[in-house]
Amino acid sequence: MNTDELISLLATGVEPVDARARTRGVALALAAGLGAALLLMAALLGIRPDLASEARLPQFWLRELFCAALGLIALVGARRLAHPGTPLGLAPLALAAPLVLMGSAAAYVLLEAAPQSRLDLLMGQTARVCSMLIALVSAPVFVAVIWAMRRHAPTRLRLSGAAAGLASGGVGALVYTLHCPELAPPFLAVWYVLGMLIPAACGALLGPRLLRW
Amino acid sequence: MQTSEERLRGLLLRGLAGDEAAYRMFLNDLTAHLRAFLRKRLAGLPDEVEDLVQESLIAVHNQRHTYDPAQPLTAWVVALARYKLIDLLRRRSRQDLLHDPLDEDSEQLLAVDGEAAEARRDLAKLLDTLPERQRASIVCVKLEGLSVAEAAKRTGMSESAVKVGIHRGLKALAARIRSGA
Repeated sequence: MNTDELISLLATGVEPVDARARTRGVALALAAGLGAALLLMAALLGIRPDLASEARLPQFWLRELFCAALGLIALVGARRLAHPGTPLGLAPLALAAPLVLMGSAAAYVLLEAAPQSRLDLLMGQTARVCSMLIALVSAPVFVAVIWAMRRHAPTRLRLSGAAAGLASGGVGALVYTLHCPELAPPFLAVWYVLGMLIPAACGALLGPRLLRW
Repeated sequence: MQTSEERLRGLLLRGLAGDEAAYRMFLNDLTAHLRAFLRKRLAGLPDEVEDLVQESLIAVHNQRHTYDPAQPLTAWVVALARYKLIDLLRRRSRQDLLHDPLDEDSEQLLAVDGEAAEARRDLAKLLDTLPERQRASIVCVKLEGLSVAEAAKRTGMSESAVKVGIHRGLKALAARIRSGA
């Protein structure tokens, strides 16, 4: 088949592209991933019984904001990476902002704290399991984001996988906060970030295989 | 070039809305740009150029929903073509033949090359290896020019099954090319 014949084949009877239906599909997939993550967390770990009283603390909302910001910014980055020729723009810089803010808050809290309480601020009660649980809860979101990306055309597969992983890590961490008792910035800056980096690393590792088209 | 970008973009946008004539013109004009772009970068592999032009055209078609109208069309096409180019070079693991560095700069699809060499890979043969429902949908609608409704009647499939068959068939075709068939 020569190229003119191919052009004719591709053009003949071409259907209009329904951008809205596609956006709806992606939104549905992400909602399903979020729902599955919530179910997984509720079934496996349970929602904190004192969530309502904890939600009155400003630190609670700072933690929510931190996770949501990282998840959303990474999602914006993933979306741009899924559209060829769309520059990443300020997404990497924006991603650094919550990390720098949380890191600074952590350093400030540690410096202000009495020396004997610093280790507690860093390790909390759940340092040993926190990162793994965030990674676990983010798994359904990871599947959803990768599925959505596969419907597009990422050309930088490793970076795209990492962005997809980080996005799912952020959302997974957000879901995990409904169970997690830790609010101290040093704890969040280390164990939450590590928990989000696990799916990001998985994404970078698997991206070339999962996202190839 | 400015006019070429605008012209191609306008044609594609109409094509995305379902204007077949505009889409055909878009693919036609784009092909000459793609050929020049790829020939320059495949100086060491001249035999591969036309195959890669075809592969890039299929990529442009299969991924046409990923074009963001807020972005320049050139950047989108170049990103797709570069991806397919790198894929080819990786497949052949002959990166030393790459004469031009594949830097990130937004290269312009400036040049035009209307001279098609023979494609070595025969897409018609590859088409025959697709699952029957996909093959039949593509043959009826894309090669014989039947409407989706007529194709559905002929094949006994539903109209949406014909549409899905075309869509999946072209994706499968790209996958077969990729796996080096």
